Amino acid sequence: MLQAAAQAAPTAPQTAIGQPNAIAMVFFFAIIAITLGITYWAARRTRTTEHFYAAGRTISPVQNGFALAGDYMSAASFLGIAGLVSTTGFDGLIYSTGWLVGWPVVLFLIAEPLRNLGKYTFADVVALRLKQTPVRIAAAIGTLSTVVFYLIAQMVGAGGLIRLMFGIPYETAIVIVGAAMIAYVLFGGMIATTWVQIVKAGLLLGGAFALAMLVLARFGMNPAALFGAAAEKYGAAVLAPGKLVSNPWDAISLGMALMFGTAGLPHILMRFYTVPDARSARTSVFYATGLIGFFYLLTFILGFGAMVFVGPDAIRAVDRGGNMAAPLLAEFIGGTPFLGFIAAVAFATILAVVAGLALAGASALSHDLWVNVVKSGHASGTEELKVARAATVVLGVAAVALGITFKGQNVAFMVSLAFAIAASGNFPALLMSIFWPRFTTAGAVASILTGTFGTLLLIWLSPTIQVDVFQRAEAWFPLKNPALVTIPLSFAVGIVVSLSTSTAVNAAGDAHHQRRLHMGASGD
Amino acid sequence: MADPTVGRDERLRALARRRGWIAGILTGAMIVVYFGFIALIAFNPTLLGRRIGSGLSLGILLGAMVIVASWLLTWFYVRWANKHYDAELKSISEAKS
Repeated sequence: MLQAAAQAAPTAPQTAIGQPNAIAMVFFFAIIAITLGITYWAARRTRTTEHFYAAGRTISPVQNGFALAGDYMSAASFLGIAGLVSTTGFDGLIYSTGWLVGWPVVLFLIAEPLRNLGKYTFADVVALRLKQTPVRIAAAIGTLSTVVFYLIAQMVGAGGLIRLMFGIPYETAIVIVGAAMIAYVLFGGMIATTWVQIVKAGLLLGGAFALAMLVLARFGMNPAALFGAAAEKYGAAVLAPGKLVSNPWDAISLGMALMFGTAGLPHILMRFYTVPDARSARTSVFYATGLIGFFYLLTFILGFGAMVFVGPDAIRAVDRGGNMAAPLLAEFIGGTPFLGFIAAVAFATILAVVAGLALAGASALSHDLWVNVVKSGHASGTEELKVARAATVVLGVAAVALGITFKGQNVAFMVSLAFAIAASGNFPALLMSIFWPRFTTAGAVASILTGTFGTLLLIWLSPTIQVDVFQRAEAWFPLKNPALVTIPLSFAVGIVVSLSTSTAVNAAGDAHHQRRLHMGASGD
Repeated sequence: MADPTVGRDERLRALARRRGWIAGILTGAMIVVYFGFIALIAFNPTLLGRRIGSGLSLGILLGAMVIVASWLLTWFYVRWANKHYDAELKSISEAKS
């Protein structure tokens, strides 16, 4: 590591990154002020559980499309992909496409049935025809595992990025993010969270678009000229697949986690309850796919732009992971003011994602575990709202504690771990509960637990932990991401256990399910 | 008493089957497009490195096409559902009364 630092030192660029910079701080406080203003406004409108979990089901499809995009486009996808492209070229683009292809799957298989069958959480749908207690407990385990790993990755990333960009100490940064997250969700619930996500999506798309256009302006608005310049400077290899995909099965396994994980992310699924009906849920995914795809196309330009103008070595000299590629590019193109703006956009990006995660985790604790397991479904709305708010505080404090605990650890794998759990723990059970009448309680519980714990076990035994974290020479399980094994396994266990415990399908009950599946509450 | 909703349930079942087919085929198409791209990266990287014109490589073009394909598939489904699926649902629910 010393050697790497010594090699990197001579190429370290002149940059204002990490120095307290007045413009960055102004944007930083403006974002805090605007989002807290939104929260104050939303708090006065949050009176019932329907407001708290589902924003009163009054969000329009366009608004929800932006909010879904805001919930989904994390700092990892903005800073991480731009960094990966700027340092590896084409290999980084594998992520740009992989993060999008889950959305059509959400649209075709999940969005509308979820809206029609459930109320606040995806466990509502899985438990609908089954025994509440065991299914809710299993689904809460799947939800909380996904949320906690995603949250740790976001918090640790946030602490590091905010320290790097604003010069604020790591622990202070974590506490600021945690406090803002608790404030949004505690007081403003889903209404505040939704609007924070909409503002963030607007800022992120606007900022990335402006940056990409300024880059392209130097190449006569021709992306191919930009790619050509990169190839001329760093060799034709940057335009072709490189060593990232040394093991084909790794690439396919990661692809499966990304493709089916999106359809099992609790904070994304929860957003479909905020729109008035299934048709709005459908349209909102259409907008979200458009916005997110557009954003990932922009990452092509940002990544290669940073490669050409800043250079891979200079980017690695500032941050070894390459995460500062987009801010450095902004500084090169537009000076310190633009750097300040892009840094603030990255900050807003983190805030919106953690707020969505906290709300999803709090709903699993309050709606699934407290109301439907502890109180067997008998709890007043006032009580549920109180428990949901208490759960938000617990989760927020836990997120801050975890963020500080994992300081300096390599947690980048936790995002793909969260996707793998979502794809193998949550998605199979959700899909089968919607479309397969013979799915049973035992099948659902077995599928969720196999998917969740199988993923955790195989990640533990994989090179991701054994080689990258523990520095061992090799790992027992060869794949970095276990989704290739755990998704089929979770389906197989769900099917086999269901068939061995299944009784005759109740025709009248199934007809009723079909009506609700397609028509929602009006089909009752 | 004869159940007045029987005809309705049959029509709904037919519609559900049709939606199931369309959703299944479109999901399959997305899987083929994306994993086809991944398989090319994994098993034929030289092909993807081939240049089209001065700057663009086949890999970058196909990567962008995967995103465009996702858009087209969602657009196709939403158009079908807004036009045909919703209309049939409306007609079924009106037949109830």
